Amino acid sequence: MMNAFEMGDIDIAWCPGCGNFPILKTLKETLAELQIDPKQLVMVSGIGQAAKIPHYLKCHFFNGLHGRALPPATAIKAVNPRLTVIAESGDGDMYGEGGNHFIHCIRRNPDITNIVHDNMVYGLTKGQASPTSRRGFKTPVQVAGVILEPFNPLAVAIALDASFVARASAGDREQTKEILKRAIRHKGYALVDIFQPCVTFNKLNTYQWFKDHVYYLDDSHDPSDRTAAFARATETDRLPLGVFYVNPKDSFEENTQMYRRDERPLHQREVDAKKLASLIDTFTMAG
Amino acid sequence: MKDPRGTATRRDMSIVLCGQAGQGVQTVETLLTRILKTAGYHVHATKEYMSRVRGGANSTTIRVSGKRVSALVDRMDVLVPLNAGAVAHVAERLTPQTVVVGEREVVADEAIESNRTLAVPFTEIATEIGGKIYSNVVAVGAIAGLLGLDPDAVVAYVRRYFAKKSEDIVANNVKAVRAGYDAIGKLDMPAGLRLSFKPSAKVKDELLLSGAEAVGLGAIAGGCNFVSSYPMSPSTGVLTFLAQHGLEQGVLAEQAEDEIAAINMAIGASYAGARALVTTSGGGFALMTEGVSLAGMLECPVVIHLAQRPGPATGLPTRTEQADLELALYAGHGEFPRILFAPGTLEQAFDLTQKAFNLADKYQVPAFVLTDEYLMDSYYNVKGFDLSRTKTERHIVKTAKDYRRYELTKNGISPRGIPGYGSGLVAVDSDEHDEEGHITEDLDVRVAMVDKRLAKGEALRKDIVRPELIGPKDYKKLVICWGSTYHVVKEALAELGRTDTAMLHYSQVYPLHPSTADLIGKARKTVVVEGNATGQFRKLIRLHAGVDADEGLVKYDGLGFTVEDVVEGLTAIDKGR
Repeated sequence: MMNAFEMGDIDIAWCPGCGNFPILKTLKETLAELQIDPKQLVMVSGIGQAAKIPHYLKCHFFNGLHGRALPPATAIKAVNPRLTVIAESGDGDMYGEGGNHFIHCIRRNPDITNIVHDNMVYGLTKGQASPTSRRGFKTPVQVAGVILEPFNPLAVAIALDASFVARASAGDREQTKEILKRAIRHKGYALVDIFQPCVTFNKLNTYQWFKDHVYYLDDSHDPSDRTAAFARATETDRLPLGVFYVNPKDSFEENTQMYRRDERPLHQREVDAKKLASLIDTFTMAG
Repeated sequence: MKDPRGTATRRDMSIVLCGQAGQGVQTVETLLTRILKTAGYHVHATKEYMSRVRGGANSTTIRVSGKRVSALVDRMDVLVPLNAGAVAHVAERLTPQTVVVGEREVVADEAIESNRTLAVPFTEIATEIGGKIYSNVVAVGAIAGLLGLDPDAVVAYVRRYFAKKSEDIVANNVKAVRAGYDAIGKLDMPAGLRLSFKPSAKVKDELLLSGAEAVGLGAIAGGCNFVSSYPMSPSTGVLTFLAQHGLEQGVLAEQAEDEIAAINMAIGASYAGARALVTTSGGGFALMTEGVSLAGMLECPVVIHLAQRPGPATGLPTRTEQADLELALYAGHGEFPRILFAPGTLEQAFDLTQKAFNLADKYQVPAFVLTDEYLMDSYYNVKGFDLSRTKTERHIVKTAKDYRRYELTKNGISPRGIPGYGSGLVAVDSDEHDEEGHITEDLDVRVAMVDKRLAKGEALRKDIVRPELIGPKDYKKLVICWGSTYHVVKEALAELGRTDTAMLHYSQVYPLHPSTADLIGKARKTVVVEGNATGQFRKLIRLHAGVDADEGLVKYDGLGFTVEDVVEGLTAIDKGR
């Protein structure tokens, strides 16, 4: 049976060999195996090569501004919790331009999945440093090599007591699929940072480099242990993959209390003229 | 010193309260306006305040009358200074007729003639009752006594106002208001302070509210069910109002991490079918401009309440100005249609905010409600709001399998689907896109999409709000204004009593109503009154109606126009300056 998210023969703007291809394929399989209805799925992205992903699978999508995927994703879920919402973009989009939203989205904890293609370089603008580029990485702008500390999204997310924090690697589709499944099923904000080689602009962090520098967390890691999760997230010699931290809590939509007495999404609701009239009436100040 | 008006012909009384931030000027204003209004008097109150939480000097001007009052005046019949610095703060407004009520040390000011002062020991009386905290309520009692209000009604209102507090506190407040009332009664009072005009039973049933509350109510009436904003004076009142009534009225109110998040949330909410609002000011709106452009490109309806304050940059955070018209008009890169309302009255604030939601939805464009600090912070009584027009006009369709979000149509409006309603997919993209919403670099499609978006700008001209002409139809002179200056200009013209002059008020400033060129062309002389330095609306008229006004009367000191400002300004223009 054909995958329900398959678009058929379409023109894809990525370079041959790009790490985005296995992520796209894995995502489509994950969604199909979770039996998600494409008509109930909204993909939200910003700008960049990774941010084009919603165009390449069957779904509703909101391809917004650079760095601004998380605010609309939060709002879409908040006004219609029946939808499955995935915010997916690259490291520059989510951690650079959208860094403030990344922080506060974690605090807000909407029930969305945040997938970040982390290739440690800017692709669409042709090879400048990204927030996750390693120190010393040379680019046409960072001519003497990157001098900033790389941004550590997992450590930041765990520090903010995020609901779900994981890292995967594009090259390992089977494990990535399992991590994505857990993330999408998880209620609350779920971060999946996916290591991904950029075959055109990042000659340092290649498929082989990732293979040599990662390992999977095993059963000895307790994902409910925040301190342990933080320690693992700050490892730098070899980079762990897997689910670092799981912290079940109420979602933003639940906390707004908008759905306690009325399950309907906002678009199905009408102005309550009676309630409005009685609110207006309070301004007679009759006490 | 401003020109004083005699007390004998007094049609209304102007009472100015002045004190430090944190001293409770607001409490006195709130209590007094409500007491006056429930007693059947027409009231108007507006304040000017500093951008600080404690100290400084803030003042509120309350007008009370037997006839409708809705505009700010310079005139100060009664001054109630609550601290030593207060008299100096309003010294320019003092006249020999101003009566000053306050503590002995405070009213003993060289600027005030001793026969016009009434010394009341607010603090001493309050301390005897139970603490300094009651001194504001003592002041309320004193003012009520000065105006000759029914003491029992005053006490009854104070009792209701504090009803939720403990019995002790209610009792002390009642004692305080009575003590203030009695204290003033023992003094020799200058003549003419007791209210001579009759209260009206009808006023008792009217509404007393602020511009911020009128915009908030209008939003709810317009079907607003999502607001995301970042607090910024003077727009915060609308966010506060909607947050406080959100759960009961079905509005999801969220304080965003910044204005960029706020507008991107609103657009996301709108994409998923909500009726979304952002409320912001100055620099906060400047941060939203990329989002405004996104709303234009995605064709997502969104309402932007922009409460203006003086800029550039942080400017005067708590003051008023009408200088963001051009910003709102041009905000956002690229070309796309928009609607700009600028309500001048509380009724318009309600109606046009509601209308903004309906038209944003109908034409899938950003719609602005342009207010300012003066309108936000002005309170007065109005008859009520027309709820018969409270109709939420929705234009959402159930999608079919082959749904295309940007289907090309004759008037540019594509049927708007939302995710999860119907069998189609709803795809929107900030890149130029094809009819399905997918990225395209097909330049023919690009041209078709620009034409489609701009066609909506033509279509929405059907719904332009007509400017309001007040005065003789066969006018020779025309005074043009927009937004919050409505009542000030109206009262100034009434006071000037010219039979050859009419007022033309625009509550929709873009697109301009097509009658503009004719209405202005008919006049021999035209003046545009506006609260900015460069005459932004005058320029807009020149650009979009092809006619130029003869004169501009502008103000940009951070304070709202007063009736006297407009009277003097128009008189000077008439005399050829």
